[in-house]
Amino acid sequence: MIARRAAVLVALAALLLPSVASAAPKPKTNLATIEGEVMCTICGTLLELADSPQANQERDFIRAKIAKGETEQQIKDDLVAQYGPRVLALPPASGFDLSAYLVPVIAFVAAAVAIGVGVRRWRRNSSDDDPPQALEPAQSDRLDADIARYDL
Amino acid sequence: MLAIVGLLGYGLLKKNPASLQIGQRAPDRTLPTLAGGSSGDIADYRGRWVLVNLWASWCVPCRQESPALETFYRAERTHDFTVLGVDSQDLSDDGMRFVHEFGVTYPQLHDGPGDLGHSYGTLGYPESFLVDPKGHIALIRRGAVTADYLQSTVRPLIDRKAAAS
Repeated sequence: MIARRAAVLVALAALLLPSVASAAPKPKTNLATIEGEVMCTICGTLLELADSPQANQERDFIRAKIAKGETEQQIKDDLVAQYGPRVLALPPASGFDLSAYLVPVIAFVAAAVAIGVGVRRWRRNSSDDDPPQALEPAQSDRLDADIARYDL
Repeated sequence: MLAIVGLLGYGLLKKNPASLQIGQRAPDRTLPTLAGGSSGDIADYRGRWVLVNLWASWCVPCRQESPALETFYRAERTHDFTVLGVDSQDLSDDGMRFVHEFGVTYPQLHDGPGDLGHSYGTLGYPESFLVDPKGHIALIRRGAVTADYLQSTVRPLIDRKAAAS
């Protein structure tokens, strides 16, 4: 009997949990966050830095979408549908725009390899140098004599 | 290093198209109509004079020139002439509100990314380009048109064609 009640309780909990989870407040989409991730297409700057009629139009559009409860991604998709992909501050990681992500990585790796090869070559050259040889006794005596002559 | 220089060069060329010259073929691009549901381009009007007008609803001078454009269109549309509005870098809903507010009846395309304007070397809005019946640039107007400009500069070209035919 107890086991049966427990099973019913577990089943009820399983039914209620998703609705409780969905009733939890969703993180609210924020105008300031989106402004930092999209461009004012006329100004060529981030929307958060722009103050122009087109920028204000874009802000009004975002505010209206936030009021409708759209997510950040949905709003960005709407902006792309209106203004094209250039409205995004970060270009999509596909096609030619992929180079925006690849070039810095390739440049960093190439610079690291070049520095590594350079350091290795420099160390090899410096280790190949002949160590300083000791002076012959006659040369040493002559050097001491010369130094003594200029001793003040 | 060469690849980086090449990419920078490509970027600069892409940002700065060669300036448009009178007599050259008018750049064209298939765009959705502002009302949606279909698409069009300048080539649809081959055989007619087309005054391509790039505008946006947020642009104050565009509001000022709109009545003159509409009046000129209504007067000249029977003479193998049309105005083709291209709502650029604008929200299509705002563009449609503008069209209704000013009672604009000439055809309208929507160019949200402003790609057509870029290929015309557009510096701002509004700008207008008169395209002759063979698809070549006949006039370039950077800035708003006025009733006087349309009558004194555009009309003689259209009338010359009408008189020749």
